[in-house]
Amino acid sequence: MSQRSGLSPGLKVMLALGFAFLYLPILSLIVYSFNESKLVTVWSGFSFKWYGELFDDAGIMDAAWVSIRIAFFTACASVVLATVAAMVMTRFLKFRGKTLFGALITAPLVMPEVITGLSILLLFVSIGMARGMTTIWIAHVTFCVSFVAVVVSSRLGELDKSIEEAAMDLGANRVKVFFLITLPIIMPALISGWLLAFTLSIDDLVVASFVSGPSSTTLPMKVFSSVRLGLSPKINALATLMILSVSIAAVFAWWLMARDEKRRQLDMQMALQQG
Amino acid sequence: MKKTRRWLPGARWLVILPPYAWMLLFFAIPFAIALKISFAHSLIAMPPYSDLITWNGTGSPTISLNTANYLFLLTDNLYYKSYLSSLEIASISTLLCLLVGYPIAYAIARLPTSTRNIALMLVILPSWTSFLIRIYAWMGILKNNGLLNNFLIWLGVIHEPLHILHTNVAVYIGIVYAYLPFMVLPLYTNLVKLDLRYLEAAYDLGARPWKVFLKITLPLSRSGIIAGSMLVLIPAVGEFVIPELLGGPDTLMIGKVLWTEFFDNRDWPVASAVSTIMLILLLVPIVIFHHYESKELESKLT
Repeated sequence: MSQRSGLSPGLKVMLALGFAFLYLPILSLIVYSFNESKLVTVWSGFSFKWYGELFDDAGIMDAAWVSIRIAFFTACASVVLATVAAMVMTRFLKFRGKTLFGALITAPLVMPEVITGLSILLLFVSIGMARGMTTIWIAHVTFCVSFVAVVVSSRLGELDKSIEEAAMDLGANRVKVFFLITLPIIMPALISGWLLAFTLSIDDLVVASFVSGPSSTTLPMKVFSSVRLGLSPKINALATLMILSVSIAAVFAWWLMARDEKRRQLDMQMALQQG
Repeated sequence: MKKTRRWLPGARWLVILPPYAWMLLFFAIPFAIALKISFAHSLIAMPPYSDLITWNGTGSPTISLNTANYLFLLTDNLYYKSYLSSLEIASISTLLCLLVGYPIAYAIARLPTSTRNIALMLVILPSWTSFLIRIYAWMGILKNNGLLNNFLIWLGVIHEPLHILHTNVAVYIGIVYAYLPFMVLPLYTNLVKLDLRYLEAAYDLGARPWKVFLKITLPLSRSGIIAGSMLVLIPAVGEFVIPELLGGPDTLMIGKVLWTEFFDNRDWPVASAVSTIMLILLLVPIVIFHHYESKELESKLT
C-alpha cells in the first residue's frame, strides 16, 4: 500500500493523547509505589518500604502462588484445546454442528463474566464437585480457549496451505503433517497464546470468586478485598511488579512474532525443499 | 478441499470432540442449569435451592416450576431500572470508546509499516496488565484529593475539587479505559485494509476531507465499527468491577445486582433469573458479534 505522506498534525495529536490516556494511569501507579507516605497520592519521599511490606504479607504471597499455579495449568490446557479447535475451524470445511462449534468458541470472548461465573458454578454444584483450584482451572480454561483460538486460527489462516498439501502429496498423513510442518510454523502463535491465557487467568476476579473454595483465594480476590477498603501503597508495589513482568513477557512475545515474520519465508522455502 | 479424504470419519471426530465436548459441558450446559435453577425455590441449605422434579411414592415425577423469581424481577423496580441503566451506561461508554478509539485506530493504520506494529502493540500492552489494577489506578486519579483534582487546582482551573469518583462519570471513564484496546483492534484491522485510491480519487474530484471521511472511510469501516462496538458493549452491560470500584451507591448496574443477590443475599434462584434475563437481552448483540467476529477479529488479536 502506498504511503502518500506522514500523519496530519491532528492525527499526531490524537495519537499522542491516546497514548497519554493509556499510559499515564499506569505510570502514576508505578511512581506512587515508591512513595514513602501511606497516603497514596501525597508524595513524601522515595522509598522501597512498600515492596518489603508486600513480601512480608503472607496472605498476598499465598494468593499469588495459588494464582500462578492455576494460570500455568490454564495456559497449558488452553493452548492444547485451542490449537485443536483452531485446526477444526480453519481446516475442516464441513461437519455436523460446525455452526454451534463456532458459536461456542467465539461467545466466551464477549460473555459477561458474571453470567459465565454463576452458570459454571451451578454446574459444579449440581454435579457435586467440590470447589477449589480445580474448579477455577476448569472455568479459566473455558474462557481462555476462545482467546487463544483466535490467536492461533488467525495464524493458521495466514499459513501457506501449499506446504501442507505438498507434504501430503508426498505421502505424509495428516497427523505427521501437523506435527512436522504445521506445528513448528505456528509455534510463535502458540507461545503468545500461552502468555495471553496466562495473563487472562492470573487477572480474573469475577469467575474465580464464583467457583473458588475456602482454601483457594486467588491474587485478584485478595487485591479486590483490599482495594474495596481504599487505596494502599502495598497494592501499588504489587501493581508495579505485575506491570514489570507483563511488559517483559509482552516484549518477548512481540520479539518472537517479529522474528518469526522474518524467518517465515525462509522456513517455508526450506520445508518445501525438504518435502 | 480434496485433502479431507485422508481423514477417516472416526478420526475426524476424534479431533473435533475434545474442544467440542469441553465447550458444551462447561460453557453451554451451565446456561441450561442456570435456567433450571431460576425456576427453583430458594432454600437455606446446601445447595440453597429446591429440586424442580420430585419423585412421589408411586414413582411418577412431579415437576414444580416456580415463576416467582421472574415475577419478583418484573414487579420490583430495582431490577427493571438496573437493566435499563446497565444498557444506558454500556451504550454511552461504547459510543465514547468509539469516539476515542476511531482516531487512534485511523492514525495507526496510516503510520508507516515499520512503526505501525509497535504502535499497535503499545495499544494492546495495557490490556495485558491486570484489569483490576488499571481500575484501581483510576481510583487514585479521580478521588477528591487525587491526582487529577490536585493537578487542576495547581493549574488554577478549579478551586474546589471536582467530585468524580463514585459517580457515573467515573464508570464511563473506567469502561472506556479498560475496553479501548478491544475497540481499536477491530477498527485497525479494518482501516488498514482501506484502499487509499478511493480517497485519492475523491480528493482529485475536489471533495473536502470531512466529506471524504463521511462518504467513504466511515461506510467502508462499518464492519470494524460493529465488531468493536459489540466487543465493548456486551461485556460492559454485565460489568461488575468497574461500577463497584468507581461507581457510587446510585450507580445501578445489573452485574452488581447479580453479585449482591448471589454473594450477599445468597439467593441463587433469583441470581439465576437475573443472569438468564441478561443473557436473553444480550443474545441479539452476541449474534451480531459472532457474525462480524469471523470477518474482523480473526486476522489480528495478538
